[in-house]
Amino acid sequence: MRPYARYLGQGSVYLVIVAIVGTLADTPAYRNFPEDQGMIRLTLSHGGKPKGGCRTQSAEELEKIAPNMRRKRLCSRERLPVLVEMTIDDRRVLSRVLQPTGIRKDGPVRLYEGIAVAAGRHRISLALRDSDRAKGFDYERRTVVDIRPGQNFVIRFRPEFGGFVFK
Amino acid sequence: MAAGNPLLRSIQRPLRLAFALPEKLLDRVFPGHWNPLYNLGALGFFMYWIVAGSGIYLYIFFDTGLTEAYQSVEYMTNDQWYLAGVMRSLHRYASDAMVLFMVLHVMREFALDHYRGSRWFSWITGAPVIVLLIVSGITGYWLVWDRLAQYIAIKTTEFFDWLPIFGVPIAANFVAPESLDDRFFSLMIFLHIAAPLFLLFALWIHLARIAQARSNPPRGLAAGITAALLALSLVKPAVSHAPADLSTMVTSVNLDWFYLGLYPLVDMFSAGAVWGALAFFGLTLMAMPWMPPLRRPAPAEVHLEHCNGCRRCVEDCPYEAVAMQPRSDGASFDLEAVVNPDLCVSCGICSGACPSSMPFRRRSDLVSGIELPDFTIADLRNRIRKACARLSGDVRILLIGCNNAARVERLTNAETAAVSLPCSGMLPPPFIDYVLARGLADGVFITGCREGACYNRLGQGWTNARIDRQRDPHLRRRVPRERIARCWAGPLDDKALAGEIGRFAARLRTLPAAAPRPAGPPPAPGGQKAAAQ
Ligand code: HEM
Ligand code: SF4
Ligand code: SF4
Repeated sequence: MRPYARYLGQGSVYLVIVAIVGTLADTPAYRNFPEDQGMIRLTLSHGGKPKGGCRTQSAEELEKIAPNMRRKRLCSRERLPVLVEMTIDDRRVLSRVLQPTGIRKDGPVRLYEGIAVAAGRHRISLALRDSDRAKGFDYERRTVVDIRPGQNFVIRFRPEFGGFVFK
Repeated sequence: MAAGNPLLRSIQRPLRLAFALPEKLLDRVFPGHWNPLYNLGALGFFMYWIVAGSGIYLYIFFDTGLTEAYQSVEYMTNDQWYLAGVMRSLHRYASDAMVLFMVLHVMREFALDHYRGSRWFSWITGAPVIVLLIVSGITGYWLVWDRLAQYIAIKTTEFFDWLPIFGVPIAANFVAPESLDDRFFSLMIFLHIAAPLFLLFALWIHLARIAQARSNPPRGLAAGITAALLALSLVKPAVSHAPADLSTMVTSVNLDWFYLGLYPLVDMFSAGAVWGALAFFGLTLMAMPWMPPLRRPAPAEVHLEHCNGCRRCVEDCPYEAVAMQPRSDGASFDLEAVVNPDLCVSCGICSGACPSSMPFRRRSDLVSGIELPDFTIADLRNRIRKACARLSGDVRILLIGCNNAARVERLTNAETAAVSLPCSGMLPPPFIDYVLARGLADGVFITGCREGACYNRLGQGWTNARIDRQRDPHLRRRVPRERIARCWAGPLDDKALAGEIGRFAARLRTLPAAAPRPAGPPPAPGGQKAAAQ
């Protein structure tokens, strides 16, 4: 083969290599999320009420315990499961009983959920039960939001701020 | 190619041919040994150095703060495009090329059946290399903290949250700007430095059992690929996406498919499915060397009575399977050879190097200092004699081939006899002398894998060097060089090889009949002592 033909051949091999590299480095683009939708994201980390409730120890009972171990209220370690519900525009998108984490079931429940919705106005209602009541909820919140296209609308649970908070 | 698992073999065979064709084409345009397909591991390694060098430069200008990182990358790309920008592009593209070369390298080693037997070590140690390389790439994209990084952060953490190892969903770190954690970012910077360092260590281990590993490509090839990547960097500089903004969703990203190609699969299927697939793939890769049938040729054996401690076998073994140790048999030499059977791939190159592989010795005497029990040097002499005895043409050619290249048995006829070895490097040069001096044939034609593509890495080079008298054992000067031909040919080259043999035959016909015809078995000359070369 003539020298120039060989150089041409070598050049084309390099060209093929950098063409593959240069292309797959960023093409084809990947559509991760529809442009005309938004995301409603619910995250929470919350400890349910102690299972079996708590009781106050009487003075006599406390007497029998070493002073550094004395606690007025005695609660069981295990926590209750937590029920979470979310409804968007009358559609129940989430209804879940979350079990406490940890081997002893004494850790908080955790949730990380995302629901894609069309951009526009939506009615969202949230409810959470963390006690042993049989019916109804300990926390409830409703709102109407305008979700912009591509918006990431975050809902958290902050009992210290009264329950569900929106962002 | 030795028998392996039938399922794997059914992929292996077509893959071998799929490589053979481009290998042959590239051999025509690249000078000997430059063929990129014979240098895939070396090219991958070379990419590592480019990535490391450019990375060090980038780190000078990179701001490790979560909010400042993006700006510092923008500065490099735009304000200092001529140097930092080019470095950034090189850093990205060389990383991508590393994956490309690695994938091709693995496919080729697999096609060549290099994943089992004593080679299991190189195969298994490749697995951590894959993981560390991918981790290096993903953490690298994370550091730009642009929309792509945001996408990666969310998807990666969601992916890991599927595993029941973290109590807290770590993806919750990325739900909103105010939940963002600087420490997480610092962890990624740390990982992006640590993973490549571990990668280097893993590569070092990967090559631990390979003598004279070709970890550097030939200069010209290195220059060529560097120039090509530099040109790509100038034509298509690496750029960032818009800065990360956790309050909005990442809608469309320009994924780097070399490193991030699995991410869309998580969306398409599920994190669990992709974890399952990864586990399956990983376990299969790790199990491959031990998939039945586990037939393995017997490793080389040392015969101390014939070993004078010359070290040639140690120097020529491509897999560091021979070592020298103090003499154990009371002979007057200091050292003796010892084979580590776990490392030996049974290529026979050592017996091609041993001065005791001397065919002129009496039949009962013919034992080499080191040889394959399944194919001893005495076997070699017998096979050569038997093959040559059948020749009846007016020129008689002995074709010495290798089991991993063109099938020499297919090229036999009245004037061509063939003996195929585990590697051409197994042929001791005195055998060429023997064949010609005894008139067993009029010419010796040596073939094996294509130039630069020795199946056993070093056999071809040693064969050439021995014949050219550049390496022990030298082919004696008295051997008529015009009666020797060499042509390196792959599995697709039967025809070309036949053509070369035809030309060699024509050339031999023009030579005056030199060698005496053998009449009966050759006389047994008195003991040419071992090592008398
Ligand atoms: C970027 C990553 C990698 C680099 C830079 C690399 C580099 C190399 C180099 C330089 C060699 C020596 C080649 C020679 O001297 O002939 C080699 C051999 C080998 N590599 Fe890799 N390698 C990589 C990944 C892998 C992976 C992932 C696997 C398999 C899973 C693998 C399997 C092998 C095998 C089996 C050999 C031995 C070949 C023989 O026995 O002749 N490599 N590699
Ligand atoms: S046959 Fe000889 S040269 Fe080949 S790997 Fe074994 S010891 Fe090394
Ligand atoms: S080449 Fe032969 S003689 Fe030399 S050390 Fe090896 S076995 Fe011994």
